Amino acid sequence: MTHAASAASVTARGVGPPLWLLLELTYRCPLHCVFCYNPTEFARTGPELPTADWIRVLREARALGAVQLGLSGGEPLEREDLETIVAEAHLLGYYTNLITSGVGMTAARIAALKAAGLDHIQLSFQDSSRQLNDFLSSTRTFELKATVAALIRAHDYPMVLNVVLHRLNIDHVGEILDMAERLGAQYVELANTQYYGWAWLNRQQLLPSRAQLERAEAVTQRFRERVAGRMQVYFVVPDYFERRPKACMNGLGSVFLGIAPDGTAMPCHAARMLPGLELPSVRSMDIRAIWYDSEAFNRFRGEAWMKEPCRSCPERVKDHGGCRCQAYLLTGDATNTDPVCDLSPHHHLVTDAVARAARSAPAAARGEHVLVFRDHRTSIAVVPGEPRRT
Amino acid sequence: MSELPDTARPAIAHGMRLQWEPAQEAHVLLYPEGMVKLNGSAGAILSRCDGVRTLAGIVADLERTYGATDIAADVRAFVALALARRWLELRA
Repeated sequence: MTHAASAASVTARGVGPPLWLLLELTYRCPLHCVFCYNPTEFARTGPELPTADWIRVLREARALGAVQLGLSGGEPLEREDLETIVAEAHLLGYYTNLITSGVGMTAARIAALKAAGLDHIQLSFQDSSRQLNDFLSSTRTFELKATVAALIRAHDYPMVLNVVLHRLNIDHVGEILDMAERLGAQYVELANTQYYGWAWLNRQQLLPSRAQLERAEAVTQRFRERVAGRMQVYFVVPDYFERRPKACMNGLGSVFLGIAPDGTAMPCHAARMLPGLELPSVRSMDIRAIWYDSEAFNRFRGEAWMKEPCRSCPERVKDHGGCRCQAYLLTGDATNTDPVCDLSPHHHLVTDAVARAARSAPAAARGEHVLVFRDHRTSIAVVPGEPRRT
Repeated sequence: MSELPDTARPAIAHGMRLQWEPAQEAHVLLYPEGMVKLNGSAGAILSRCDGVRTLAGIVADLERTYGATDIAADVRAFVALALARRWLELRA
């Protein structure tokens, strides 16, 4: 789908409103995806906000002009007050998007969500078992997705599927697309893994090779031609294979405001990892003060924070220097140019990672590298956001 | 592309929502995970596409409201564009 960032032109001058509000309602999740972007230390964060605080956040952000609302997590269906939150958001005039694995969706809940005014459901497709090799053969997973897809269609929602791709499933992209077609999907987003959180821990096992990527793109293109007019397929290339960085969040503090389960306000999904960035909490500060006045939301606005080569680069207005979290994870300094850019003196860190992953593929296939699954116990044990160079 | 008849009844497409946003001082079109900010004339046209009014009726209303003349071709061209982008659909 076209992301809310497409609205950024609205805010080309000065600080515009937080048009895109994402509420990560909970870190609880029945799945254990190895590519999850949630912080690895999620189990050590504070308690979830109660319903009344989420409602207050909705009101305060709407008053500033927030209009696109994402409800995610974790798995947002884990929250029993999801319907209450959706109902309030709808009354306030948000366009409400539920981003879900479908686990926990029932006929009763989808009917209640529809009645509450939910506008859209994005069903993501993961492997819920620990056998990644079962990714496609797992009958249980397919039946669950098929049931939820039928519920989505029966309630007259557009059928939007999101599939996260990585080395272990990218060769099956043809089968994945056939499955999407059988599920009645109108839109399919094939999103290559972005390397934050748990995906960062598993980067070496998840990075595909360039050859895999090219084959998958070719298969996707042939599929697109076959289903033209019926289905739209988006293929998001992993930025490690690009030569220019993504315009991450259209610049931090430009349009996106994320709220973590414990009430931490974030200028991007992964910002908790950035050292020295004291993220404000909605428990102690209102949304207006967070968005306009807090140091964390102002830190990376504009261009004053940039270093060379960004500072004098004509493309800085387009990509805002790329992703701060990626700059930090790869170089140890969040103010560096995103090393995805081939003008960055650190670009070799990206190309080295790609080359190393390609070399390690045979060993990984033999099971010599262990994937780290996103679960509570591991989350207690891992060191948060620590760059890992294996 | 066949010419749009004057009797066509355009409506905001299924799954899209048009609303006025005071913070942006504009009409916006909302759809799954995205948004289009509309300029004044686009907002004026789309806000009249309710599936009841005909194209001719919309033109007449706009001419009356804004004291304009000779806008039929522009309105028709914009409605055709919005149909192609699936912002609008036609009602029987």
